[in-house]
Amino acid sequence: MIDDIAFIYLATMAVIAGIATVLVRSPVRSAVSLVVVVFHVAGLFAVMGALFLAVIQLIVYAGAIIVLFLFTIMLLDLRHERSEPYLHKYQLWLGVPLAILILIETGWIALTTPAAAQAMHGKFSPEVIAEMGGAGQALASVLFTDYLLPFEIAGFLLLAAAVGAMILARSPDEDEMPDSTDPVADAAGPAIAAEGGH
Amino acid sequence: MAESLNAYLYVGALLFAIGALGVLVRRSLIVVLLSIELMLQGVNLTMGAFAVFNEDMGGYVLMLISLTIAAAESVVGLAILVTVSRRVTELYSDRLKSLRW
Repeated sequence: MIDDIAFIYLATMAVIAGIATVLVRSPVRSAVSLVVVVFHVAGLFAVMGALFLAVIQLIVYAGAIIVLFLFTIMLLDLRHERSEPYLHKYQLWLGVPLAILILIETGWIALTTPAAAQAMHGKFSPEVIAEMGGAGQALASVLFTDYLLPFEIAGFLLLAAAVGAMILARSPDEDEMPDSTDPVADAAGPAIAAEGGH
Repeated sequence: MAESLNAYLYVGALLFAIGALGVLVRRSLIVVLLSIELMLQGVNLTMGAFAVFNEDMGGYVLMLISLTIAAAESVVGLAILVTVSRRVTELYSDRLKSLRW
């Protein structure tokens, strides 16, 4: 009973905050609404009994990704967006029906999925997971055996993304003129640039 | 309701569709990236629900990989946005069309 109430609250809030993420004008408010979505989805994981997933969700999404988004929003100058329209003018007429179509498709899949009572029963029932010492142990036991190759590929993908982001976001004149004064000193004026040479 | 797989799938489907709506109708590229994260939230919820209710660890592994991909995607996407913002001050998906036509 208490689980049902928690589920209804978490699901409603996640969907409302999701709608706010999409429809709120300011990007900062949009990002903060996404934090709300992340927290409530983590709560849904906790309600279904996957505490490990809830914690991972909070650490990676709320702790890392959204913070990165907020940093970037602060870095970019977005003040002019206040006076501009924030929705596409004509694409709206195509986008809304397309989104409804996606909702119908995914909802149809959810509707025709057999209920939990008829679901498959794999090797990892809650009793087995508890016996192994928690979901982290059970995850590690398959992650480093059956799913070793995908795990390694994911790690390599992270490395590639980190290197790629550094190369992409580097300021363009750094590698061409290594001895030139840095742009901060240029902007501050010749006096400071002469005083603080390399 | 908290013990039924389909309830979680409905929430996941709704989040995915709302995120898709954001990708399709918003002009600001930052919000488009945020909407992609919202879609990934829906997908994660679906995979976690399948993993728990089917008593299989594969969904956990898939969600871990999906988190990795979400992190990589947002890092590269935001790096591209920062690079583009050096040349163009207005980060709108309908303004950046020099590569399109």
